[in-house]
Amino acid sequence: MKPFAYVKPADVAGAVRAVSDEPGAKFLGGGTNLVDLMREGVERPDTVVDVTGLPLDTVDQLPGGGLRIGAMVRNSSLAADERVRARYPMLSQAILAGASAQLRNMATVGGNLLQRTRCPYFYDPAAACNKREPGGGCDALGGFNRSHAVLGVSGSCIAAHPSDMCVALAALDAVIEVESVRGTRRIPMTGFHRLPGDTPEIETELAPDELVTAVELPPAPFAARSRYRKVRDRASYAFALVSVAAALEVRDGAVTAARLALGGLAAKPWRAHEAERILLGGPASEESFARAAEAELAGADVRPGNAFKVHLARATIVATLRELNTGKGTA
Amino acid sequence: MTTKYAETEPRQDAVKHVGRPVDRVDGRAKTTGEARYAAEHRYPGMAHAALVHATVARGRIEAVDTEAARAVPGVIEVLTHENAPAMKPAPKTSLMNLSSLASGTTVSYLATDEVHWNGQPVAVVVAETPETARHAASLVRVAYRELPAVVDFAAEEPNASPQKSSVLQPAGGDKGDAVAALAAAPVSVDLRFTTPPEHHNAMEPHATIAVWDGDRLTVHEGTQNIAWLRAHLAQRFGIPERAVRVLSPYVGGGFGGKGFVWAGTLLAVLAARATARPVRLALTREGVYRTVGGRTPTVQRVALGADGDGDLTALIHTSVAMTARIGGMPEGVVSSSRHLYDAATIHLRQRLVRLDLLANTAMRAPGDSVGSFALESAMDELACELGIDPIELRRRNEPERNPMDGKRFTHRMLREAYEVGAERFGWRERDPRPGSMRDGRWLVGMGVATAYHPSLTMPADVTVRLAADGAVVVRCALQEIGVGAATVQAQITADELGVPLEAVRVEIGDSELPAGPGAGGSAQTAGAAAGVLDACRKLKESALALARRAPDSPLRGRRLDDLEARDGGLYHGGRGETYAAILARAGRDHLEAGGGTGMLKFLAKTLNERRRWVKAASGAHFCEVRVDRDTGEVRVSRWLGMFDVGRVINAKTAAGQLRGGIVMGIGMALTEATQVDPRTGRIMNPSLSEYHVPVHADIPRIDVHWLDEPDPTMPLGLLGIGEVGITGVAAAVANAVRHATGKRVLDLPITLDKLL
Repeated sequence: MKPFAYVKPADVAGAVRAVSDEPGAKFLGGGTNLVDLMREGVERPDTVVDVTGLPLDTVDQLPGGGLRIGAMVRNSSLAADERVRARYPMLSQAILAGASAQLRNMATVGGNLLQRTRCPYFYDPAAACNKREPGGGCDALGGFNRSHAVLGVSGSCIAAHPSDMCVALAALDAVIEVESVRGTRRIPMTGFHRLPGDTPEIETELAPDELVTAVELPPAPFAARSRYRKVRDRASYAFALVSVAAALEVRDGAVTAARLALGGLAAKPWRAHEAERILLGGPASEESFARAAEAELAGADVRPGNAFKVHLARATIVATLRELNTGKGTA
Repeated sequence: MTTKYAETEPRQDAVKHVGRPVDRVDGRAKTTGEARYAAEHRYPGMAHAALVHATVARGRIEAVDTEAARAVPGVIEVLTHENAPAMKPAPKTSLMNLSSLASGTTVSYLATDEVHWNGQPVAVVVAETPETARHAASLVRVAYRELPAVVDFAAEEPNASPQKSSVLQPAGGDKGDAVAALAAAPVSVDLRFTTPPEHHNAMEPHATIAVWDGDRLTVHEGTQNIAWLRAHLAQRFGIPERAVRVLSPYVGGGFGGKGFVWAGTLLAVLAARATARPVRLALTREGVYRTVGGRTPTVQRVALGADGDGDLTALIHTSVAMTARIGGMPEGVVSSSRHLYDAATIHLRQRLVRLDLLANTAMRAPGDSVGSFALESAMDELACELGIDPIELRRRNEPERNPMDGKRFTHRMLREAYEVGAERFGWRERDPRPGSMRDGRWLVGMGVATAYHPSLTMPADVTVRLAADGAVVVRCALQEIGVGAATVQAQITADELGVPLEAVRVEIGDSELPAGPGAGGSAQTAGAAAGVLDACRKLKESALALARRAPDSPLRGRRLDDLEARDGGLYHGGRGETYAAILARAGRDHLEAGGGTGMLKFLAKTLNERRRWVKAASGAHFCEVRVDRDTGEVRVSRWLGMFDVGRVINAKTAAGQLRGGIVMGIGMALTEATQVDPRTGRIMNPSLSEYHVPVHADIPRIDVHWLDEPDPTMPLGLLGIGEVGITGVAAAVANAVRHATGKRVLDLPITLDKLL
């Protein structure tokens, strides 16, 4: 990999200043994605600013029942947190469905938000990729695209966002807190990632010099009954073909609260607003679940390699909602 | 009956060490990290090399810009076709000189501006550190003039040409008129199967350290064939074989991927010569994919005709596989169909396409692993058509003699393997109706398939030395690719000489030792055992001859065949004496003997045997899968393999090899495929995160058992076990999936999209 300078600031102000002062600088969390990409020559920072020493590594109770998760909390710690497991089980399940134990021990919450796609053409500097080299073309459109996105895609990019954790955060209406030399601001999770459009190289609303400092989870009592279901090519250590984060509250046979987000299907964690709209107030029935899934997937734009994802997503959504409704089939 | 077939119980008549689950002699060194693999050696002044890979499938290099790479501090040299020293061409292949088979490709690297495949090394950077070498390699800019390339296997299939037969491997054959018989058959299936390219993914990526001392060359490398590697390097670099030393005490897995000589090895040696420095070239995982061949993709047709009782009237098995324009191994894809079923008529054909890709190579059970998927899937489908239990269908068609030519089997116990295996697996619990067995959201299926792999031996030269203090040293240039090579030969030696196992040390992995067989074709253990048995017998003859010269020896007048080797000596009933006593009396400090057969004698014997016999390791796989009714996810939930592998030497390492074969077969069945972009010929998943080998969570408990009946024609009755384990596995999974879901998947791997 390209030689680079390494700095490890002790406080947030120092970290954001270090990146702000240097256009070729990047923040380094657990390194589980950035270092890989540096080895492949896809990322070529001049300076890496290691932020794992910042005091952002606690999960704190918020007044009103929410949680504030420091950006440097390791994925394994967050998944194991008793409050997360009890109040937001889909989040704990999502994290544990990702990567391997060793990677989860390293990966940070902030870094996970900024994971980049696993599209093989993005990873191979010999291939054409608009995300890696804007305007360079896209070899995935007519190539191997079995793992690629079917929702929110564009003619310039069909890459899928790889994170599991982010799918749960999107369902839970998390808020991302970021900081730069210009100050602090808060971005809703559902608006944090961008769809590719004509600029697939821009993946989030984050400015290059902004640092993710925390993720806030609002209180969500219905999320205590929630589930993350990940479907992939092997039992562990593989990215999602389709994943579903869902929470469902049912009273007298009618849906009184529903949250649904999808992974493996779009360039961003996909909050299924349309499906939620159909579910809410309707009967908690197989037919209603199927109708909601179909409405959400109606806009799918498929290629020969990934056309199966529409059917798979429908089946997985219905199965996950059924399971939440009946409490059966959890195996 | 039941205890006899237990995994860890040796035969009642077994001698002391053979058959037992002895710990491997290098287990401690490997688990503590004390064992040093090729890349872990260090030399003063050692430099590090990294490869630059071509990014086009075929073309000419128009320009190489090495300026930026050379400017990186620590870069010693950048070798390209413009400045690299020449290497001699690869030898013409000939069966009279088996080491001529060692060429991975026929390319003379860095000799010309030609690019033959996407990934071919086109430059080598040598630097003071591996990091510097890799970084500088990323800065080398190469401009190509592209030429039309044929890289799309599927598109090229119609242009396949007939595969040639060889002495060792017939390419096709006919018995009667199978085409007519198929047309007339009351019940038939006619199926088209595909299998993708695959890669070995040994834990240890290929690495070479090359050290020149004048015209003498020392090479550290994990190889499956020390003798071939030595001969090949001597040939390519124009030095005598005796000037090349290959050191390969540990090999971190091979599976066929380290059987031949690939670019990295040659370029490390070339770079060391060009820079006059010891050079270490450790491939990245991507580098292995780009420069070491994998398994050929195949397209196969299997058509079976049967009468209403399930007796086969026609068996047709045809295949298309690949080789590359720059080399590659034609596979015996339909080979299993020559041996497995007593069909009245048989029609076998193999064809090949030649592509502008990296040459394919041997990968665990070449031919039989992919061929058995098609044949054994088709048999299962025929059983469904007939409404007959798949084990019963196989039983009815079990041949008494080799179906193609009527040769006798030295040994064949497939009926017993199925019978005992079915009992232990609980096959009778299976409701034959597809989709009838459920467990919550899971559809449960059970499938069987036959494992079959031909057995052969290769010659080995072995010396055995016994010292007066009781220490025994066995010397043979074997390759330890993880199978327990030294361990099993120590067990055999200890039993043959009647000495404690701890007294025996087996020296392997060094070309200075007597030449061993390669670790391939499931042939190493038997070949080496023959040499060890021969040497031990000669050593005991020498000991007896010394003893018989002494008037007071209790062995006076005895013949070796009347004696038992035990307790560190030779005995007839209670009377005998120790080797120590014999040596002391004779004033000798050791005895040494050599064993083995020369190549010509060996070839004559092998060809003679082949005219008379067919021999193979075989077995029956029993598989249970669970398929998610909503998503089509497949999980293997139970496995039992019942094998007929002759006499087992080490119950622990044998079980490990058979299990390993099954694990690799489950990968082949469900997840593994090398993705070669049909537009560019470039491998798009050259990493362990995107090429899906099974992880622990994919593998259930695997029960392996063996019948433990010695083969009468093999040394100690043993049959090689390195490859039989993988054969039939993919079919057993596919058959279980068919039972669970009613869907017959014809294209590997069985990913969930094929079940939706």
